[in-house]
Amino acid sequence: MLKTETITINMGPQHPSTHGVFRMVLTLNGETIVDLKPMFGYLHRGLEKTSEGRTYLQAVPFTDRLDYICSMSNNFAYAVAVEKLAGIEVPIRAEYIRVIMAELTRLVNHMLAIGFLFNDLGAWYTPVVYAFRERERILDLFEMASGSRMMCNYIRPGGVSGDLPAEFLPLLRKMIPHLENFVREIRDYLSDNEIFKARAVGVGFLPADMAMAYSITGPVLRASGVKYDVRKAEPYSIYNQFEFDVPTQVAGDVYARYLQRLDEMDESLKILRQAVERIPDGEYATKVPSRLRPPKGEAYARIESPKGELGFYLVSDGSPNPYRWRNRPPSLINLSALREMCLGHKVADVVTILGSIDITLADVDR
Amino acid sequence: MTNEEILSRLKDAFPDVAFQVQTEETKDFTLIVPAGRLVEVATHLRDHLDFDYLSNVTSVDYPDRFEVVYHLFSMKRGGGVLTLKVHLPDKEHPEVDSVTPIWPGANYQEREVYDLMGISFRNHPDLRRIMLWDGFPGHPLRKDFENRLYTYKELEPTRPKPPNW
Repeated sequence: MLKTETITINMGPQHPSTHGVFRMVLTLNGETIVDLKPMFGYLHRGLEKTSEGRTYLQAVPFTDRLDYICSMSNNFAYAVAVEKLAGIEVPIRAEYIRVIMAELTRLVNHMLAIGFLFNDLGAWYTPVVYAFRERERILDLFEMASGSRMMCNYIRPGGVSGDLPAEFLPLLRKMIPHLENFVREIRDYLSDNEIFKARAVGVGFLPADMAMAYSITGPVLRASGVKYDVRKAEPYSIYNQFEFDVPTQVAGDVYARYLQRLDEMDESLKILRQAVERIPDGEYATKVPSRLRPPKGEAYARIESPKGELGFYLVSDGSPNPYRWRNRPPSLINLSALREMCLGHKVADVVTILGSIDITLADVDR
Repeated sequence: MTNEEILSRLKDAFPDVAFQVQTEETKDFTLIVPAGRLVEVATHLRDHLDFDYLSNVTSVDYPDRFEVVYHLFSMKRGGGVLTLKVHLPDKEHPEVDSVTPIWPGANYQEREVYDLMGISFRNHPDLRRIMLWDGFPGHPLRKDFENRLYTYKELEPTRPKPPNW
């Protein structure tokens, strides 16, 4: 029988498809992948240890830097965890502002994920520039509210750092139909692209039972057909007051993950429409002391971040510094099944599969 | 399924295991399981009580013990968290059975606990450091790891020389 020797190559840490510093050790038989080992840690900054030496509020800016594309969701998850630990009530206006920000973040993340997926496939920068154009509009909103485009540091334990400026809501109201158009535009232009379909349909298949076993969350899980969304399964904040669906796909391949992200953008816009209509006046934050001392104890809280389930496990010993500060990163755990998704495919498909999982390396390594 | 129901069904299945419910100082339903029986209890939770989703594996360093903490959810039912805890009083050589054969999603998280907290996992398929490089002195998340000692001098043998500009 004709046999070839397997070769081992390093993909990364400086490979454009990894969107950061991430290395995969591939074992190849010809062009077919027979083994894949991910290597992490190039961006490890020790945020968990660093946060143990800070107060609870000083750790909020660190959460921005976990997943720099979705800083608002990270703030949100941390705030929910601290509030659960310390028993802080949040004013209803602040909850609405948080939901608006979290859903805008989801839009930003998904449009970038789709844009960069096409970038990886060789549609050099045309889809991603359109995505960036819309993202800039949303980042303008973030800047109006928080003063910063990316490292927002806006959602704090107890509420948000400042009230929305007067121009924010009218502008958002105007922008929602525009964003709906944009999602429709992407769907129309890209979904039936023959080259994209040839590269994406049937590639990187992940069965539902395997996705559950590997603790995969977020759009990747739902694209495999598991209807699980923390916003519905264990509602936090005020998500039980909104009407929205949890879309799922059946195929579980790269193409299904792309469609899943488009569907989730539609649902986010649905939530935004309701939130903009119903947002009440009132306080934007409860007063929280700067040296917050939660009672002795521990809490685990999680939210549905755009990339998957983002959790925080906090242990307090009654002092102003957390005793243990643990972040459950969706990006790292979604990579658990990368090897299983890639086996048997060609080298070029690794790029597509990695792009469809949608990771941020800052969130993987922390 | 309520928390009491989960506890009573576990007690029926394992009459000889002393489950402790941590009622104070926690906001979640927390069960402390003897370290030797963790794998059996975890398998039962997955197969018969629908806890099919292991969200988070982490560890805490207390003065008298290490704790490995598992946060379980059910994707079938939805609903809240079940926290499993294992106490490891041996501060010198902490070791516990791996749950990666039960929930493969624990793989990287257990490697992270091994790397940053120095707790070994028996039967783990690939127990290597994940974030730090081989030869890194110590485990940073332990409380006796001194941040202030983390100086350039301390690490000189394993790091490249600084550029001379």
